[in-house]
Order: sequence, then C-alpha cells, then structure tokens
Amino acid sequence: MSSKSINLTLKVWRQQGPKAPGRLETYKAENISTDASFLEMLDIVNERLTLEGKEPIAFDHDCREGICGMCGSVVNGRPHGPQKETTLCQLHMRHFQDGDTVYIEPFRARALPVVKDLVVDRSALDQIIAAGGFISVNTGQAPEANSLPVPKDKADLAMDAAACIGCGACIAACPNAAAMLFTSAKISQLALLPHGRPEAAKRALAMLAQMDAAGFGNCTNHKECEMECPKGISISNIARLNREFLKAALASAEEIPAATKKE
Amino acid sequence: MLQLDAKIPGGPLETKWDRHRFDLKLVNPSNKRKFEIIVVGTGLAGGSASASLAELGYNVKTFCIQDSPRRAHSIAAQGGINAAKNYPNDSDSIWRLFYDTIKGGDFRAREANVYRLAQVSNLIIDHCVAQGIPFAREYGGLLANRSFGGAQVSRTFYARGQTGQQLLLGAYSALMRQVARGQVKMFPRREMLDLVVVDGQARGIVVRNLITGEIERHTAHAVVLATGGYGNVFYLSTNGMGCNVTAAYRCYKKGAGFANPCFTQIHPTCIPVHGDYQSKLTLMSESLRNDGRVWVPKKAGDKRRPEDIPEDERDYYLERIYPSFGNLAPRDISSRAAKRMCDEGKGVGPTGRAVYLDFRDAIQRLGQAEIEARYGNLFQMYERIVAEDPYTTPMMIYPASHYAMGGLWVDYNLMSTIPGLFVLGEANFSDHGANRLGASALMQGLADGYFVIPNTINGYLAGTKFAEVTESHEAFKESEAEVVAKVKKLLSIKGKRTVQDFHRDLGHVMWEYCGMGRTDEGLTKARKLVADVKAEFWENVTVPGSHTDLNQSLENAGRVADFLEFADILLLDALARRESCGCHFNEAFQTEDHEALRDDVNMAHVAVWEYAGEGKEPIFNKEPLNFEFVKLATRSYK
Ligand SMILES: Cc1cc2nc3c(=O)[nH]c(=O)nc-3n(C[C@H](O)[C@H](O)[C@H](O)COP(=O)(O)OP(=O)(O)OC[C@H]3O[C@@H](n4cnc5c(N)ncnc54)[C@H](O)[C@@H]3O)c2cc1C
Ligand code: FES
Repeated sequence: MSSKSINLTLKVWRQQGPKAPGRLETYKAENISTDASFLEMLDIVNERLTLEGKEPIAFDHDCREGICGMCGSVVNGRPHGPQKETTLCQLHMRHFQDGDTVYIEPFRARALPVVKDLVVDRSALDQIIAAGGFISVNTGQAPEANSLPVPKDKADLAMDAAACIGCGACIAACPNAAAMLFTSAKISQLALLPHGRPEAAKRALAMLAQMDAAGFGNCTNHKECEMECPKGISISNIARLNREFLKAALASAEEIPAATKKE
Repeated sequence: MLQLDAKIPGGPLETKWDRHRFDLKLVNPSNKRKFEIIVVGTGLAGGSASASLAELGYNVKTFCIQDSPRRAHSIAAQGGINAAKNYPNDSDSIWRLFYDTIKGGDFRAREANVYRLAQVSNLIIDHCVAQGIPFAREYGGLLANRSFGGAQVSRTFYARGQTGQQLLLGAYSALMRQVARGQVKMFPRREMLDLVVVDGQARGIVVRNLITGEIERHTAHAVVLATGGYGNVFYLSTNGMGCNVTAAYRCYKKGAGFANPCFTQIHPTCIPVHGDYQSKLTLMSESLRNDGRVWVPKKAGDKRRPEDIPEDERDYYLERIYPSFGNLAPRDISSRAAKRMCDEGKGVGPTGRAVYLDFRDAIQRLGQAEIEARYGNLFQMYERIVAEDPYTTPMMIYPASHYAMGGLWVDYNLMSTIPGLFVLGEANFSDHGANRLGASALMQGLADGYFVIPNTINGYLAGTKFAEVTESHEAFKESEAEVVAKVKKLLSIKGKRTVQDFHRDLGHVMWEYCGMGRTDEGLTKARKLVADVKAEFWENVTVPGSHTDLNQSLENAGRVADFLEFADILLLDALARRESCGCHFNEAFQTEDHEALRDDVNMAHVAVWEYAGEGKEPIFNKEPLNFEFVKLATRSYK
C-alpha cells in the first residue's frame, strides 16, 4: 500500500433540522491520507470543525464495514460515491485526486426526509418489512432444520437477495424514488425458499401496499437502483416480485391485509 | 457484599434445564398481557428476546441506538454459528460442544449454563431455518457445515461471510412482525442512560431521544438488557462505532455486579493498524484460517517481499508450535503467538506489527475459483481497504480487540444482582469463561433471547409482588435529574480537545498495558494514566452543539466518559486475577513455553465487582466455580 496525502474542497449539505432550510457549505479537507476511508476523512474534518467551535457534520454510520447499512450519502451525484458495489464507509480516499471538489448531500426522497445534515429518516423501510417481510413462525414451532431440503441454487439465489443492507441507496438513485429493489429483495428471498411459500402471495400484496402507502414512487425500469446498490442486488428480484404479485393478485381471492400505518 | 446465588439447579447436568423449567412458576397466558417488559438492544440477543416475549403475549417495549433495529452490531458477524447437530457424522455431540466451550473458556465458566447453551444450540438452527435464513447448503439441499477456530469437528453453520447479518435479519423480521401486531413498541434512536430501581426492583429506564434530545421515562415490570460488548474501551476494535458500555455501566452503578471485566478477547485476524486517523479495525473472518497458512520470516528484520522469501526461510509458527490444531488454534493462543513473533522482530508490513496469512497453497490445491467461492467477499473487503490482492500477495493480519467475555453478572436465570434486571448476549458474562470460541457468540445471543429468557422471566414475574410504579415516581425524577446534569456538564466544559481525542488516548493506554500481555507494573501504571485522562477529560473536553437535537458529539462524550470510569474496573480486575487464563495473560504467570498458567486452587472463580460510591474503590466479590462434571485439565492445543 502506498499512501500519500491529498487536499480536497468539500461542498457539504448542512441542514439544522427536518423543517429548516438547507444549504451547501464549503470546507477544506486538508492533508488527507489516501489510505483513509471516506468517513475517516469526514471524521478529520469534523474534529477540525469541533476545535473551531463549530458544529460537526452529522452523518449516520456504525459498522464501517459495509454491512449495517447505516452510512450513505450522495457523493458527486452518486449514492455511496463513485466505486461500484462499495458503501461509503468502505470507499477509500485513494479514489480521489488531489485538488478535487467533492459534493456531499443526503439521500433524497419524499419517503426519506432529512433529519439533520446528511442524516435521513429511513423508518419507512422498517414499515415495509413489518407489513410482511417475515415468515410467521413463533419460537418453538420449527421442525428439524434438515427436514425440508432446499435446492442449492435456490438457496444461493435467496442469499443473493438477502444480502440487502437496507441502506436506501436504491431509493436515492431512482428517478421516481421507488423502493422496489429493497422490497423485491426481501420478497424474493422468502419466495425462493420452501419455508416462505405458504405466505408468498399475502406477503407480496402486503409489502407492496405498504410501499405505496409510505409515499415511495413507482418503478419504471430505469435500473439506476441496481447500478448504485452497494451490495450488487440484482433487478431480477424486481421481475420475481412482479411475478409473485401477479400470481397473488390473480390466484388469490384473499383479502389484502391493511397496511401498517406510518406513525 | 453482593448476594451471588447462581441458582444452579441440582441433579445430573443433562436434566438440569428441564427440571428447572418445570420448577419455575408459570404466568397464565391471559395474565401475560398485564406485564410490560423493556428490552434494551436489538442485536441477536435483544431482537430474539423481544420477538419471543411478544409471541408469548407480553407487552414489550424495545429500544436501540441505531435508526433501525436491523443495524445492531450483530449484523457484522461473518463466520458462523455453532450447533451440536453432528450432521457431518464427525463425532460431535451436545457433550462435545459443551466440553469444547468449557475448555475453550479455560475452565472459567459455569458448567450448567454452558451445558444448557449446547443443548439449545440445535433448536436455534431449526428456528432460523424456518425463518428463511439462507444458510449454506450442499448440492443435495441439506445444510452445510465448516470447522472454525478452536474446534476439531465441523459444527459451524454459515451464510456466506454474512452469518450475523442473516441471523440478525431473521430476528429483526420476527421483531417487526410483532411490531405490526402491536405487541412490541419499537423505540429506535434512543440511548438508555439510566436504570430506574424502585424498592430494590428494576422498574424502568431513562433514555435520551437522540433526534429531539428529549429525556424520556419508561416503566416496566422487568428490564432486559442486551446492549452488547465493551470492546471499544480499546478505542480501535472490530466493534461498531456505537458499541459502548454505557447501559451496562449505569446498571452497575445502580447495584448490578460486573463480572470478569478483564476477560476481553483479542481476535488474531484483523487488518493491521495503519494511521492515527483510523477509526476502527476490520476483522478478517477466522474461517480464513481453514485454508490460509500463517507465517513470518524466520529471520528478524527480513524486509523482502513475501513472494521473494523462499519456503525454508518461512516460519509457519502455528503449525510448528501447535501441530494438532495448527492454523486453527484458538484465538487467545493465536493472538499471543502473533504478538510474540512481532516482539521478536519478525513482524512484517510497514509497521512491523503484522504477520502473513497466505493462501498460495490453498489456491494451488483447490483452485482460485474455489477460494473465491469460499471467501470472495472477504478478499474483496481486504483489497478495498489495503489495496493489495490477496490472491497473489499474502494478507497481512494482526490481532485487535474484538469481544468481551466479561459483562454484568447473571444467575442461571440470566438475572443480574438487581431483581428484575436480566442481561443477555455479549452484555452478560455467562458462558465463555476467559476466552470465547469462534461462532459461539451468535449461538449464545440467540440461545439467551429465543430459548432462555422466555422461560426464566416467567419465574420472576409470577413469583414477585409489584407495587404500582408510574413515570412520575421519585426514582424516575432523580434518575432524570442526574442524566440531565451530566449532559449539561459535558456541554459546559468547552475545553480544547475533542471527545475522539480522549477516546484515542484511553485506547492507547488500554492496548499498551492491558492488551495481549499484562504485567502488574503496567496495569498499575495504566490505572494512573487512565485517571489522568479522565481528569483532563472533565476539564478540557469540548462538546459543540446543544442537547435539544441530534448531537453525535454529545452521544459520544457520554460513552467515552463511561469508558473512562469503567476502564479502571477492568484494570483492577486484571490485577486481581493472580493467574493467566484464556485471554487474560499476566506475564508473571506463564509456563516455560509461554503458555498461560492457571491457578485452579485459588482462582477458579468469577470475580464480581460491586459499585461502592463515587470515588471509592469497587468491592470485590467472588462466585466460586464448582466443576462437578468435567475435570480441570491444562488446555493444550499441541
Ligand atoms: C466483526 C465481528 C465479527 C463477529 N463474528 C462472529 C461470528 O462469526 N460468530 C460469532 O458467534 N460471533 C461473532 N462475533 C461476535 C458477535 O457478533 C457478538 O458478540 C454478538 O452479535 C453480540 O450480540 P448482542 O445482541 O449481545 O449485541 P449487539 O448486536 O452489539 O447489539 C447491541 C444492541 O444494543 C443497543 N444498545 C447499546 N447500547 C445501548 C444504550 N445505551 N441504549 C440503547 N440501546 C443500546 C444497540 O443499539 C444494539 O441494538 C463477531 C463480532 C464482530 C464485532
Ligand atoms: S457504516 Fe455500516 S454500512 Fe457503512
């Protein structure tokens, strides 16, 4: 690893609260090691702001390993920045050039309102899961684990879908701010496994209904979501979701469960 | 002095849990809805407990720091989860899993608890599969297993390199299902800042709403704490940035005993430190040691590139020293061996604090495609951080703070020394003794949450008289006043150094003097140094912003303040343990070939620290460990 230092100009979205107006502020990020991660670069800027008696930039983060889905901002117009299949916490400064100007803004979507600076409220995603993103099994009810074999290819596809970290980049990337990639990933995972089949129809209907209720847009096949997903979730999941939805809508006279309301 | 009755049921080991469940009082199904239970934390332990308690009909209020319960740090676990299924027919059994765990913990855990853990391990796998967790499978469609550090059988279930993520999302889904039913009320972005004790019973918590800054009071009949581990006391660790000791520490100050704080695990395979701006260390899953070979150059100070060092000038030291376990030697052993090599000047990389983990032979034997299938995402993660390709250049790794075996003391029911305060998962001390084996924390967190607490809490609720307690109770007022005073104090200091800066200082001291090798002299010095950092913190920290909105500096300041106090108990505990065992290695107690030297006559106990008031030394208590079913043996992996 060969490290050097670079200097950047940052244009960062600052917004005091959900109702306050926001604006881009300019900061210098000086003497940043190219081995540092993007969030470590923000840490350094924040430490300097703190010492100048200014409020540091609020941004969400936790694991810093690309798995918790907590981080994420739009960097130079792209959710999680320029590197393919890389969360912001795993993006390293070696991908920037000395002297670059970097724009950092929050994910933007009607259903993901800004809380402060780069922090957004993603609780709408939890509500979609609450509407049906589960298999109804209580602790204690399960049969022996190997009693139901799962073809390996199906299990692998289910795992591909289950890798979603729920960060919301797909929504930020979508011109319609749809949550289709997120929702389809969960529906696919559970529909692919025999354990999830009994509720497949009900699940697809309920989760889609909740997605609409939360104010997400519709999918019109722009495919930006797949491009920007840090975990490489495939849009073939959306095709699977559509099949599940059609099957459910056609076959079932079952009532669509009322969507869980947003608090 | 604390009353340390572990409440271990009598009789044969195999039937203790069944008998205990039979003896515990039950809460009639229709009475369950009269009880409110607070669960703090939504990791594997808190998530599974919330869902299972709600399924039983209890009213549950669940809290977490992150914006969603799905983001607890359990999400980051990579390698896998153990169970005694014996699917590979390689002579595994409940007894063997029990024995390996007791031995792995260097005989410093309770037999009864560990046996129960091994017993319920199989139920966990059944349940998780039924939840739709996409575990790895064989071509025949049945579940796959692999071996994991410290075990000679293949009992680890996994979902690629993302087992924790998948298990947590399973628990999260179950939790959200109960949220939709109205049986769990979810409070994300809340930080528990105090436990409220009324008439000696845990009856609620005080939390800060991290978005609005409001201090909220919540009552309950019992509080279940599942707030994870305190590995961040070392500043750099594999833990998430938000992992903290605050909730557990505040409970300690309210009377909960803190057990074995010095049992902290240093994980052998992490990406080495490279700069002081660094915020965390990334784990490279232990599963890599199934195929990677660990080595250093034989000659100290050898600066050649690894590919230029011929085979006979490499020291595959784990294979050499521990021929029967080789690269799979347990974590404490492997970490210390790496440290020893670096201390001898054989370390590699720019800082000399790293060893190689080499896949050359495995790639030759199995082909690159197979290695990619097994570890692709880990290799990618490594390359992203280090900008070197591990398929062609050996990885560089070094030990890092990873896991806390120590935690709040609990009895067999997982209840702390405060009646009504239960502690689950990494936050308790219960099952791993002085060292945890790989893939056992996920097992323990889910055992506690899915299968233990739903049984044991009934006994407490059914057998206890509860006075009416509301949020306006005096105890809530006092707690809130204290919390507010502390918050305001932190904001008012307006010094010249950042919170992170102090945390970094603390970390340096702890890593240097209380890391992989400890001495009485170093520990004593560290107590003084930590006291100095603490004193300066309260005079010279600067916390910008206000307490009435989202203020991450303020959150952090509170956590670092607690780490600074807690660190002293950790150091005291390390000083008090007059032996080396598991991860605790005091250089005065070692064998000729540098292995840990236990003292089973004087030290076979749990050390439990009791808060004695501001500025006073904590009080030492002990729970003797009685081994009825296994023979204490010297732990050898040679
Ligand atoms: C990188 C990494 C890899 C690992 N890999 C493995 C593995 O392969 N196998 C294995 O068995 N183990 C592994 N472990 C260990 C294991 O993941 C953890 O021990 C376990 O997941 C802890 O679960 P938990 O539920 O106790 O706590 P956590 O998952 O840490 O959850 C803590 C919860 O408490 C909440 N919380 C904390 N403080 C407060 C507060 N003050 N107020 C309110 N809420 C609070 C948090 O928001 C969070 O919801 C790994 C650990 C790490 C760090
Ligand atoms: S901080 Fe967890 S994914 Fe980036």
